[in-house]
Amino acid sequence: MAEARGLLEPRHEPWITLPSFVWLIVLFTVPAAIVFAIAFKPSDPYGGIGAGWTLQTLRSLGDPNYPAILWRTIWLSVATTALCLVLATPTAYFMARTPERWRHLLLLAIIVPFWTSFLVRIFAWKVVLHPEGLLKRALVALHVVPPEASLLYNAGAVLLVLVYTELPFAILPIYAAAEKFDFKLLEAARDLGAGPLRTFWTVFLPGIRRGLLTATLVTLIPALGSYVVPDLVGGPTSEMLGNKIAQRTFSDRNLPHASALSALLALAVLVPSAAAIALERGRRARQRAEAA
Amino acid sequence: MRRSLTPLVVTLAVLAFFYLPVAVLVGNSFNASRFGGEWSGFTLNWYRRLLAAPEIWHALGNTLAIALVATAGSTVLGTTAAFALDRYRSRLQDAHYLLVYAPLVIPEILLGISLLLFFVALRVQLGYPTIVVAHVTFCVSYVAMVVLGRLQDFDWALVEAAQDLGADAWTAGRRVVLPLLAPGIAAGALLAFTLSVDDFVITFFVAGPGTTTLPLRIYSMIKHGSPPLINALSTLLLTLTTTAVWLSQRLLKEAR
Repeated sequence: MAEARGLLEPRHEPWITLPSFVWLIVLFTVPAAIVFAIAFKPSDPYGGIGAGWTLQTLRSLGDPNYPAILWRTIWLSVATTALCLVLATPTAYFMARTPERWRHLLLLAIIVPFWTSFLVRIFAWKVVLHPEGLLKRALVALHVVPPEASLLYNAGAVLLVLVYTELPFAILPIYAAAEKFDFKLLEAARDLGAGPLRTFWTVFLPGIRRGLLTATLVTLIPALGSYVVPDLVGGPTSEMLGNKIAQRTFSDRNLPHASALSALLALAVLVPSAAAIALERGRRARQRAEAA
Repeated sequence: MRRSLTPLVVTLAVLAFFYLPVAVLVGNSFNASRFGGEWSGFTLNWYRRLLAAPEIWHALGNTLAIALVATAGSTVLGTTAAFALDRYRSRLQDAHYLLVYAPLVIPEILLGISLLLFFVALRVQLGYPTIVVAHVTFCVSYVAMVVLGRLQDFDWALVEAAQDLGADAWTAGRRVVLPLLAPGIAAGALLAFTLSVDDFVITFFVAGPGTTTLPLRIYSMIKHGSPPLINALSTLLLTLTTTAVWLSQRLLKEAR
């Protein structure tokens, strides 16, 4: 590193580090610790936090409602992620193989609908899926669904809209990886006699695995924490953890309970993140061992 | 080699999927029918009603004011964070990196509830100041990552050259480093601004009674309000952002 005298010298380190460091300790780490702490507090009848410590709040997570909600949160998030990967991979492949000047346009076409507000995008689906809406009429006319069926307020609607909101975030990292992929490798594999599917599975997918891993995390984590989508297009039978946290916070004003649920959600998010890091480390270690 | 048609078909399907709801929304904003199930004639009525809804414009004003303050704060904190992370290698910076990175991979609802509990524990009155503080907190990380990306391509030898030519540290910083990094800092600030304007979840948690922002307003309109007004408002917003992005792209091209 070149020597820039008097500018950002070692003795300046604390001064340039502390503003953001202290801000994030006070407003990110401390609040996170408070969430875990309040999960061990009783609630008071006025919507506040009671005195003393208790395990009662954590025990109430054993309520038969919660395992069902946790399970639904997990399967909806995993299904969202799987659908996003299945749709994003061929799209990213196609984009990466498109001639350069079309590629930029295609990328823009993927991003533009997401310049609208997040809430508006969900609302747009509410209009499309509305009982009087276009899609319902078309499906009834085609005898795909009976006239009394509802397209809204069920787990299917939540899944559809979750895929809609997360899909671009899956496409972008896979596209970034596919753009760097050497497509001559596919031709080589085909020349050596591999069929198209085998080439895709054993050459292309391993070649873009970093992109796939990033895409998995950036869709899975927000999906696990989703609250607005199930709140607006879901119903009582498609509630997720996020809904319960908001309910306990705003409707019942039971903050300890909301904290315990948040701690549960934090764990649900940490598990796949830690797994991804371990996977990446293990792979690197194996590669090093093979190289040695 | 013959190429499979599957990727093309999937890409077209994905684009149709992306544009279908947006098209329905824009179309319905000009539709005289209230629920938009069928076309009952062209109208500008919803736009007229929108212009006559002062609470929406009031909420928009609040949103822009919050975004401006939050952008200023997070740009300063994010830029200093990026400089520290780029220039120094130490235990402190390892912890610092973790702190900056973590908010990016935590679901918004967890940031929202943790800040709410923090403010409740400190008995801070919820309102516009708590919204600004929350927005600065989640925007810092985004700004830091954008600026850090630009700093990695920055050539510190330029600063050395300026100093060899007689510039003191302050002049070199002001006349060399800042101008070269200005596009990166501006990009980070723009990202912070858009994130702040669009944020609903975190704002919802730390907003006090009576506080309103545009996303909070839109949410209550979706829950209880008039669909055609949201159609018209979204079409206006979409036109605005598209024009703004198109203009900035044009300007960038001309600058090059």
